[in-house]
Parts: sequence; C-alpha cells; structure tokens
Amino acid sequence: MIMLVHLYETFLSTLKDVLPIGLILFGFQLFVIRRPIPNLKNVIIGFIYVVIGLTFFLVGLEKALFPLGRLMADQLTNPDFIFGKDASIPDVVNWADYYWVYIFAFAIGFSTTIAEPSLMAVAIKARDVSGGAIGVWGLRIAVALGVAVGISLGTFRIVTGLSMHYFIITGYVFVVLQTFYSPKMIIPLAYDSGGVTTSTVTVPLVAALGLGLAETVPGRNPLLDGFGLIAFASLFPVMSVLAYAQVSEYLAKRQSRIKEASNSDE
Amino acid sequence: MWESVIKAFLSLLKSMAGSLRDLAPIIVVVVFFQIIIFGQPLPNLGELLIGLLFVTLGLTFFIYGLEMGLFPIGESMAHAFARKGSVAWLIVFAFSLGFGTTIAEPALIAVAAEAASVAANAAVIEKTAEAQLSYATGLRYTVALSVGIAIVLGVIRILKGWPIHLMIIAGYLLVVTMTVFAPKEIIGIAYDSGGVTTSTITVPLVTALGVGLASSIKGRNPMIDGFGLIAFASLLPMIFVMAYGMVI
Repeated sequence: MIMLVHLYETFLSTLKDVLPIGLILFGFQLFVIRRPIPNLKNVIIGFIYVVIGLTFFLVGLEKALFPLGRLMADQLTNPDFIFGKDASIPDVVNWADYYWVYIFAFAIGFSTTIAEPSLMAVAIKARDVSGGAIGVWGLRIAVALGVAVGISLGTFRIVTGLSMHYFIITGYVFVVLQTFYSPKMIIPLAYDSGGVTTSTVTVPLVAALGLGLAETVPGRNPLLDGFGLIAFASLFPVMSVLAYAQVSEYLAKRQSRIKEASNSDE
Repeated sequence: MWESVIKAFLSLLKSMAGSLRDLAPIIVVVVFFQIIIFGQPLPNLGELLIGLLFVTLGLTFFIYGLEMGLFPIGESMAHAFARKGSVAWLIVFAFSLGFGTTIAEPALIAVAAEAASVAANAAVIEKTAEAQLSYATGLRYTVALSVGIAIVLGVIRILKGWPIHLMIIAGYLLVVTMTVFAPKEIIGIAYDSGGVTTSTITVPLVTALGVGLASSIKGRNPMIDGFGLIAFASLLPMIFVMAYGMVI
C-alpha cells in the first residue's frame, strides 16, 4: 500500500517534470510548425511509456539501490572501518588508508553508468547515425570507464584535500591534446558524453559518497569539499571516449596494414 | 489474436532481460561489498528484490518510449524547422527547450539550495532563509539561462557548420581564466553544475534535435555536426555560474 502511494507520488512528480517539455514541443508544433505530428498516436504512447518507465525506475532506485548505496558510503567512510576499531584517528590521514573507498568509487562509477538511461539514449542514437560503426556497448563501456576513473580520482582528491581546479585544468589539457589526434567523427560525441553520464542513477549515489567522505576525513569541510565529484565524472568520459576512438582507429589501421602486407606477399 | 499477445509478451520479457543485464554490474558491486568486504547480510531482501524488479521494468518502458516518442518527435520537429527555413523560430524553440527543461530540473533545485547554504556559511550572503532562497532562485535562473543559450549556440553551430573543438577549447580557456578570479566557494558548485543540468528526458530530445537538424541540412554530417549540443549545455553553466558568483 505504501508502495502504491509512493508510485503514485513519483508518477505525479515525473509528470510534472515532463509537462513543461511536452507543452513546449506541442506548442511549437501547433502554433509555429502548424502541421499535424506524424504518428501522433505513437508519440503520445511513447511519452506515456517514458513517464511510466521513469516512475518505476525512480521508485525502484529509491527502494533498492539508494538506501544500500548510502549505507555503503557510510560504512566505507566510517573511521572504524578504515583505521580499525578503537584505533585513534590521525590528524593528517594517509591517503593510502582509504584504498577501499577508491575501489568502491571505481566500481560504483562504472556500474551505475552502465545503467544510466540517458547514456543508453545517446549510444542508441550514435549507433544508428554511424551505421553501426560505433557500437552501443563500446561507447557505454568507454564512458563507464571514464566515470569510474573520474570518481575514483575525485574521492582521492577529497581525501588528500588537493585543489580541484588543478585536476580539472590538467584534464582540459589532455582533452585538447587528444582532440588534435582523434578521428574527427568522434569528437562531438566524445564532448557530449561528459554531460550524459551524470543523471538519475549516478548523481545520488556519488553525492552520498562525496558527502560521507568530506564529513569523516579530518580537516575536510563537507560544504567545500563535498562538491566536485560530478565535475570529475563529467570530464573523464570525454578523455576515455576519445581514447577509445584513438585505439580503435589504431587497431583498424594496423589490421589493414597487415592485410596489405599479406596481400603484397601473394 | 492470442499469438500477437504472446509475441508482445515475449518481446517484453526479452527487453527486460536486456535491462536486467544492464543492472547486473550494480548488483555485483553492491553484493560483493556488502557480503565480502563488510561481512554483513543484505538488509530487507524482499524490498530489495521488488525494487530491482521496478528498476528493470522502468528501464524497459523508458527505452520503448524513447524510440516510440522522444526520438521521433525531436527529429520530426528538426526536419520541420529546417524545411520551414525560419532561423528565428528555430532559435526561439532551441532556447525554450534548453531553458524550460532546466528550470524545473530536480537535481538543479537540490544543488542550488545546497549552494545557497554554502554561500551563507561563507558569509557571501546573509544567513537568512530569505536571502538563501533568493540566491538559490537566482542561481537556478542563471543555469537555465545558460542552458538555453547553450542550445541556441549549438544549433547555430550546426547551421553554420562551425568546428566544435575550437568553440569548446575557447570555453575551456574561459573556464580556467574565470576560475582564477571567481570566489573560491562558487568554484566547486560551478564545476558540478555542468553535470547536473542534462536530465534523462532532455538528453534524448536534444540529441534527436541535433541529429535531425544536421541530417536535414545539405552539407552537414549528422555524426560530425549532429552531436555536440549536450557538450555546450554542460560547459556554459560553469561559465555562467562563476560569473554569477563574481557579480553577487
């Protein structure tokens, strides 16, 4: 019964989120384009599916994953777990003591990104547009690895208290350098992949981890140091997708070189 | 008749299996850490399983709806605007889509409220509920404005065929320069605001719009010119939020 109420409330709030978008779309369609929408029935059913889908998705996340994710973030950042029970907490922590946090950050960053619906949307579109040259799984795994490294590094930054902008600026330098050596086709998609990774699934879990760390690591301020993980999670996928394209291009070139060599042998 | 029902049911089951596979990594990570690392049982196993079923069902419906509704309407509108040839209306549409979808974004509302309490603690603004609310509202409008402008900029880029990397690199330079001058408290929030603006419904719509535009304009390649709108929508908020922090 409580579940039903929860479903209903989430349905209403999702509807409220979708409504302005629907109004903009249908408003422009009616008053500016002034043409009937092709397959109107399907489009409306599609919108209903999206709202129902998001509703179940959000309620399921809140029931199952978020409490567990928050619980884990709490357990992992608990000084009892890191320094052992009854051990005193040092004033200056050794960053290496937090190794489980980095591993968890990597694992949770990777796995939540694989389940991220907006990344799926972009991956499907990229596959269709590229005629299958960019596989859905190739892109998703590349992005997920980027998020994993980004969040892992982000937790390291919170533990050490280093300034975030040094990391971000170094990241930018990498992106710019990679841009000049990457296949032209992939560049816009790679830039996009930074923005799509962090939505429904990743943000709440990652925020809990960041806040938990900033609260328990001595000398950190949750208000100042709790932020920044999302920025890391949006920057690193750009690098990993560019790297993915560079590696696949290199492999394809090598393959064709080997083929050419064997052809000229004959 | 029964045959088609069974067929539909089987295809639903198949998509659900696909969604379950997408969720498998999370399950593995959570179970591994809870049982192996912490040596504790999974709490509320029943609720956990129901939640998992819901997530799987939700993901399946979402993907169905995406391909039935969001993608087609995004593309058909892009084609219609390209045929109509009215750049002015296209720009108004792009701005409304960016602004309208961002202003109501729940993640942004949460981040803005948090940012206001950071600012109050740092004594940038007064520590009253009223001052914090007005700061948070201002921040939300700033971000929504920046996303609206970002989509407009991205659409103009598609129309003109400008190379994206030069624009993004220029944006990076601006971000880095502003980081030096912006107040320290706002930087973390500004950097994060780029990531929270693009929601699950906005991303497919905006992507379909870009790809649809690029494929209906002669001389544009949907792969090179169609993508990139999201990139602007995650870069511009950083610049605008830092500017907001500098002005206030």
